[in-house]
Amino acid sequence: MSTDILNPTLADPIGEINKYDFHTESKPVFRAQKGLNAEIVSQISEMKNEPDWMRQFRLEALEIFFSKPMPKWGGNIALDFQDIYYYLKPAEHQGKTWEDVPEEIKKTFDRLGIPEAEKKFLSGVKAQFESEVVYGSLKDDLAKKGVLFTDTDSAVREHPEIVQKYLATVIPSNDNKFAALNSAVWSGGSFIYVPPGVKIDFPLQAYFRINAERMGQFERTLIIVDEGASVHYVEGCTAPMYSSESLHSAVVEIVVKRGARCRYTTIQNWANNIYNLVTKRAMAYADATMEWIDGNLGSRLTMKYPSVYMMEPGARGEVLSIAFAGAGQHQDAGAKLVHCAPNTSGQIISKSISKNGGRASYRGLVKVEKGAKNVKTNVVCDALILDAKSRSDTYPYIEIAEQDVSVGHEASVSRIGEEQLFYLMSRGLTEDEASAMIVNGFIEPLVKELPMEYAVEMNRLIQLQMEGSVG
Amino acid sequence: MTDTLKIDNLHVSVEGKPILRGVNLTIRRGETHALMGPNGSGKSTLGLVIMGHPKYQVTAGTMTLNGENLLDKSADERARLGLFYAFQRPVAIPGVKLADFLRHAATNVRHPERKEGEELMPMREFRRELKGKMEQLRMESEFARRYVNDGFSGGEMKRAEILQLAMLQPKIAILDETDSGLDADAVRLASQSIAEIGREKMGLLIITHHDKLLEHNPPDFTHVILGGRIVETGGVELANELHTQGYDRIRQAYPDADEANRKMVEKEEAAAVA
Repeated sequence: MSTDILNPTLADPIGEINKYDFHTESKPVFRAQKGLNAEIVSQISEMKNEPDWMRQFRLEALEIFFSKPMPKWGGNIALDFQDIYYYLKPAEHQGKTWEDVPEEIKKTFDRLGIPEAEKKFLSGVKAQFESEVVYGSLKDDLAKKGVLFTDTDSAVREHPEIVQKYLATVIPSNDNKFAALNSAVWSGGSFIYVPPGVKIDFPLQAYFRINAERMGQFERTLIIVDEGASVHYVEGCTAPMYSSESLHSAVVEIVVKRGARCRYTTIQNWANNIYNLVTKRAMAYADATMEWIDGNLGSRLTMKYPSVYMMEPGARGEVLSIAFAGAGQHQDAGAKLVHCAPNTSGQIISKSISKNGGRASYRGLVKVEKGAKNVKTNVVCDALILDAKSRSDTYPYIEIAEQDVSVGHEASVSRIGEEQLFYLMSRGLTEDEASAMIVNGFIEPLVKELPMEYAVEMNRLIQLQMEGSVG
Repeated sequence: MTDTLKIDNLHVSVEGKPILRGVNLTIRRGETHALMGPNGSGKSTLGLVIMGHPKYQVTAGTMTLNGENLLDKSADERARLGLFYAFQRPVAIPGVKLADFLRHAATNVRHPERKEGEELMPMREFRRELKGKMEQLRMESEFARRYVNDGFSGGEMKRAEILQLAMLQPKIAILDETDSGLDADAVRLASQSIAEIGREKMGLLIITHHDKLLEHNPPDFTHVILGGRIVETGGVELANELHTQGYDRIRQAYPDADEANRKMVEKEEAAAVA
């Protein structure tokens, strides 16, 4: 039974599965000690040559992390925080051109297909290998328009005024335990600033990987879309599999100013032993639109609820999310829409698939603050359960402090129907092909929003996940 | 050898309740058979059982295509051997585009040896062929991009079934009430499609209680099914008789089968109420 697309011993019907499961030897230039204390955090800051304000920011966050209890809801987190490496720097310098990138890391990227992809249609590539961005290029015309697209470490050094102005304003360190942890030990992530009125009409992309065993990855992403500007940022993750627990705990903060637009697309395909505990939040101001498109495959436990706070009238927030939970996996994913101003609107579409004992939970919050009149929000969550061993739950939270609002909620849970299977099989599709086709159809509303190469990858990943899942 | 579907003494139950009680039927390439009978007689069941629906248990009898046993084969294996069943009520597959589904289906049926994950037939060749077949059925090309049977009208569903028949070009095709829901014009177009494939190239089993499809495709054989048995077989004149005079003569001639039919309908109605 091939529940695990990362298992290299499986036959490979697609011909590409192995590209997601390889381990390139990499020799870290610097590796912090295992564990977490003020000394290690200071050491990380020192290694990065950070200004004093950032070191203070980290140390304060560490205190908050220690003071906060573990969340009692969501999934079961069995982690020993002292048994994790919090920082690993894989190469001396960030590569400016492909030639500068160390050979081993190049091999990894070659296997991921990044350079080819870039040649074809990626205009800006940021790739994170372990903790720091090692390779990045950005099209000249973007730079001329004043668009900043770099790793967040570089941004701290090169654009401290912008980073200081916005960092932790959307997600303060004391927001939750894992936001505090990220604030203390963060490394890498993307920093994007789009100046007023600049519309970027192709997606900016980044790939992430976790490669060292027991290494946490704590990237910190900060995106500011200034007034009337627009950007689509795409992040994909394909992680190789290891035997011991690994932690991924990112923080993504986005500010979408008046009349601006931001779409953030993520496809995450973590190895089955990874805890993926991510805080993602955007603040959308007057007439601004924020869209999260979030695909979650793999991991042992994912807890992720992309949020949009609609701060001023006319703001809109949309979240489209999909979760696929296979054997031994728990996807606790959803969305949060917080309407803080009148005439704001939102939509959540959540789709989950669980199979082979997997558990997919939708956890979502719709909140309408006092004074936020004429708010419209709609929530649709559909779950597809592929066998009797698997599980799906829905936890919708709705808090409304206003009268004049329209909040819709629809939920459906279905199993792959015998009649659908028979229909497709009667046309010559095998049972596995038919199941995969039904599942792909189920997630089509998400896939059609993805850039082409992600759509293809998503369909392949689903097909691999589906092999032998029925019968 | 002429392609031959041979059914011998077939007994079928669903959830322990017998529905077919000893059906004998042989369909050869080039022959058109009409299967007629009152409600609850087992018409659709026979079609679904031939195609291999897992809901039905075959309790006795044999079914072969060119001598090869069909009963141990799944629906997809039967499709690859050349069987086709046009559904009376096709089910919707949301999110799956008709063209994508048909390309996959056509590839599998034309290349029965294809393994999962191997290449599909070339897109350009497939599109050209699909476009031609759709034009013939007067279907807008936009139709191919719609999700399979999702939000289709009754007529659209039936046209889509005929389109699949035309693309898959089976050896034996079963059309289950394909003419209900189609207007006269659409029936004519569907019949043209069938003529295009060539009635001489496939065996047809037309399940109907209309005469629409039969007008364009006069049956070589007409079978009357009652109470799960084929009680009478004749030529085109039998189909004509049933259309004009109904089943009274048949019911009186075969009282046992009629009694069984009544019981089956009663059980169905009781189940529907429950």
